[in-house]
Amino acid sequence: MDERKIRVLVAKPGLDGHDRGAKVIARALRDAGMDVIYTGLRQTPEMIAEAALQEDADVVGLSILSGAHLALAPRILELLRANGQGDVPVLIGGILPDEDVPALKAMGIAGAFGPGTSTETVVAAVREAAQKKWSRERGG
Amino acid sequence: MEDEGGRGGARRVAEVLSGDRRALARLLTLVENGAPEAEAALAALFPHTGRAHLIGVTGAPGTGKSSLVNELVKVLRGRALSVAVVAVDPTSPFTGGAILGDRIRMRDLAGDPGVFIRSMASRGALGGLARATADVVRVLDAAGFDRVLIETVGAGQSEVEIARTAHTTVVVEAPGLGDEVQGIKAGILEIADVLVVNKADQPGAEAAFRALRASLEIGRSAHGDAPATWSPPIIKTVAIQGQGLAELAEAIERHRAFLDGSGGGRERERARLAAELGQRLRDTLYARLAARLAAGRLEGMIDRLLARQIDPATAVRELLAAEA
Repeated sequence: MDERKIRVLVAKPGLDGHDRGAKVIARALRDAGMDVIYTGLRQTPEMIAEAALQEDADVVGLSILSGAHLALAPRILELLRANGQGDVPVLIGGILPDEDVPALKAMGIAGAFGPGTSTETVVAAVREAAQKKWSRERGG
Repeated sequence: MEDEGGRGGARRVAEVLSGDRRALARLLTLVENGAPEAEAALAALFPHTGRAHLIGVTGAPGTGKSSLVNELVKVLRGRALSVAVVAVDPTSPFTGGAILGDRIRMRDLAGDPGVFIRSMASRGALGGLARATADVVRVLDAAGFDRVLIETVGAGQSEVEIARTAHTTVVVEAPGLGDEVQGIKAGILEIADVLVVNKADQPGAEAAFRALRASLEIGRSAHGDAPATWSPPIIKTVAIQGQGLAELAEAIERHRAFLDGSGGGRERERARLAAELGQRLRDTLYARLAARLAAGRLEGMIDRLLARQIDPATAVRELLAAEA
């Protein structure tokens, strides 16, 4: 039997066209041995939730540089819940003012990472989030 | 543990059969990971399989397979057929991870409840990929999709194996990849039921088309030209503009009708199941033997092979004799 691989969806919601950060993160997660489903630019919350469902993602990582994180995050969380995937941890990276982080956490975002975060930190956070989810599944 | 027991498993099977996409996605993960509960689910679903037409799409990197699949799905959806896509990308042999990026080119299909896209990593496990893919495809077949497209990078033997699990195999070529006849050299043409020259608006497309046609003719005369044989059509497409896609869908349907009419479909299915049974028997017997051998026995034998103290065939006889 194969060991279970972490399936992480990396998505770029919103309208700005900068996906360098998302690609760097995708590669770092791949190099950490994960299966990274990379969906590319300009994803709507609906597209992200649909992909998370079809791909049975263990973790969803969002790259948001547009400043719209406080609008996009709750919508994506809501759609995941509506699909029965409220247990899937969502992490956000990008241009996030420190003062917004408590609000993101309060709405259920599992991790928020601003500019300058190392890829090691992100990889560790994704791994931890996935393992927590798996242990909840086993326990529940 | 609610999901792991027999009752949870039976419920999941019922949910998959009733079209529950969440249950389907979950089961695909279990199947892909070779989880113990997947086996019972696959057994329960097996009688519901054999209905979908399985279409393999393979070709070298850069031929535009994902865009082609995206457009082909749109054509099939226009004919009210439900479609599942299994997109296989290579696992990095160095890190064990994979970037699965086929959805980037399939964004047009978002929001359509008649489409289900699943990305899979090849994992680099010899023989493992073909088996995992066959099982994943089977679950999608049982879930009621009319067409299942299997997209692989046609670079290695295991991808060719996967293509072989399809009823209709589409091999995609494109000009400007440095060598117009690469596919011919790789022997990949022999598995093609339909050939596509994608990016047909680019320089070199005509040369690629002619090279394909010429090599098909060579193949044909070598096999003799029995009237009941299928000769693979060559379709020119420009996937990103949707050109030639109706013709491609037509060619695939013609091949399907040919298989149904000639009895070739049944023959293929039989050969496919025979190969799978053989493979599973080999895997199971090997695992059983390896579990029974004393610790280090296999490694010790490999050391002796390395030192040229024994040859592989004699090594097998020794290992089996020790086991019996």
